[in-house]
Amino acid sequence: MADAQISPRNVPDRLEGRGARLLKSWESLLIVVAAAIFLGNSLASPYFLDPWNLSDATFNFTEKAMIAFAMALVIISGEIDLSVASIIALVSTAMGYAVQLGFDTPAIVAIGLGVGLICGLVNGLLITGLGLPSIVVTIGTMSLFRGLSFIVLGDQAFTGYPESFAWFGQGYVWWVFSLEFTLFVLLAVVYGVLLHKTNFGRAVYAIGNNQTAALFSGVRVARVKFTLFLLTGLMAGLASICLTSRLGSTRPSIALGWELEVVTMVVLGGVNILGGSGTIPGVVLAALIMGMVTFGFGLLNVPGIVMSIFIGLLLISVIALPILWQRARRRLAH
Amino acid sequence: MMAKLLKNREILLVAAIAVLVALIALRFPAFVAPANLARVYNDTSILIILALGQMAVILTRCIDLSMAANLALCGMVAAMLNSAVPGLPVPLVIIAAMALGGVLGTINGTLVWKLNIPPIVVTLGTLTIYRGLIFLLTDGKWINAHEMSDAFKALPRLDLAGMPVLSWVSLAMIVLMFVVMGRTPLGRAFYAVGGNPHAAVYTGIDVGRTRFFAYWLSGTLAGLSGYLWVSRYAVAYVDIAAGFELDIIAACVIGGISIAGGIGSVPGAVLGALFLGVIKNALPVINISPFAQMAISGTVIIIAVAVNARAERRKGRVILKKAEAV
Repeated sequence: MADAQISPRNVPDRLEGRGARLLKSWESLLIVVAAAIFLGNSLASPYFLDPWNLSDATFNFTEKAMIAFAMALVIISGEIDLSVASIIALVSTAMGYAVQLGFDTPAIVAIGLGVGLICGLVNGLLITGLGLPSIVVTIGTMSLFRGLSFIVLGDQAFTGYPESFAWFGQGYVWWVFSLEFTLFVLLAVVYGVLLHKTNFGRAVYAIGNNQTAALFSGVRVARVKFTLFLLTGLMAGLASICLTSRLGSTRPSIALGWELEVVTMVVLGGVNILGGSGTIPGVVLAALIMGMVTFGFGLLNVPGIVMSIFIGLLLISVIALPILWQRARRRLAH
Repeated sequence: MMAKLLKNREILLVAAIAVLVALIALRFPAFVAPANLARVYNDTSILIILALGQMAVILTRCIDLSMAANLALCGMVAAMLNSAVPGLPVPLVIIAAMALGGVLGTINGTLVWKLNIPPIVVTLGTLTIYRGLIFLLTDGKWINAHEMSDAFKALPRLDLAGMPVLSWVSLAMIVLMFVVMGRTPLGRAFYAVGGNPHAAVYTGIDVGRTRFFAYWLSGTLAGLSGYLWVSRYAVAYVDIAAGFELDIIAACVIGGISIAGGIGSVPGAVLGALFLGVIKNALPVINISPFAQMAISGTVIIIAVAVNARAERRKGRVILKKAEAV
């Protein structure tokens, strides 16, 4: 990514105690926003607080959030992956093709994850092997992967998935908790530990802050980046399994435009688009916020495109407000 | 000499386009008939205009993902203006569309300049907002050909000295941008800001303001393209040019404009757009299903980046060879 800002990033104004830092953190801002939207939703519609409705609402964000976790790591490392939605389409196409050949659920799922990994492998090789900018490479593979789905499918759709396959998108693990939501929680924990508690996570931050310095301090930059693109590919594969199973069919236009929604989710979660900072709890909160906005507007019968205006405004204002606030405070201090 | 020629991206692109056209001509000689080539150029005109605007933005190390949404909104407003006041002279409608595009561009520019929000985030946000505004304006309704005045629809197709006005407009924009980029302080500033923002500051260039003007320029060109698009296809709806922002960026990338800023030229952007245009027009001729088009343009983008990669790599102080390689 091009570095757009000239001022040094991620340098705190002054050192503060843990409590003050927690209070002023991005995550607390997101919690307030999430609580406000939750309250607004429950006041706006009497149907909102029903547990089954809430459970349904999780489908609005779980699939995108799975990808967003991996995407958060990619963006923190200073790269971006715009091909994820197209990977979903290609994975879904491959699984649909497997169904036509008579494969059963375990094979279909394995093929889905495998194709996702291969797509990630292609991205990773092009970016780290040839040293190409990820934003351009993934714009290219975005067209390529979706183009391949269009070649296979044309204007047709694949249907006829086996009944056992439906469990991935429609099954429940316990009471109202769907498999997708359970996966979301599990992955949040896994990625949280991976990013915040392991050497790998530290390497991701190091690369995002200063790639050359990271290399000199012994971080295997290319290998870490390669792994990150494999992870987004794998997550897109997993999301595709859930989404395809939920919809019960494959179309080449599946998940169209999701790449921008996933990036929006990650950025809203407080991940610096220029790399170097961000947390998994932030992304989890952003996912919940986007899911609730979508669901709340749905209950109020607001069309999807108006919802996107709101999410666009939310994205810009959530990022602009702290900057404006800091400036106002500085002005008052003088 | 030969090595120098091979390093020149514009010459490389001209050669690539020539080879492409020659290959097509081998099987379908009709493709290289002057009339057909003029038609291919005309088909690519709007993409060329947009790529020129995107080039200015990318040169300053920014990106404008909202261009296609801007185009759609301006085109819709132009069509609504025309259907509401059919008597309004078309030039006034065009000026209105360009002015609106400029305003939308300055919104992006202001957010990038004054608030220092990363460009990709700003334009990701405004992309969804602009597109959503079209829906709010129209309630999702289409504006069809019969609701537009004849003058409104006829202008881009009007034959002027053997070429449609649409082609002439794009040629005029190419000349205009060529002058702006090469002969004005603003054009120099675009390169300076993208090449090295720190150095640009020391030479007295306001980095933020230069980026602001780049966004204004890309917005205005998107507004113009909005009118051209809607009048040419004689229909306006929420989803026109959906996803086109990536085609525009692809044209720039193929044209050798470095996504890291500071490197690129007007002929490069034009040739990049033409390369995509030739492919798009050739596919039906050589009997390749239109469904394959996306995959082919994706492959072309990747190959173009890979070819450009070596020239694009930043020359820093080489402390360790490997550091440059990652």
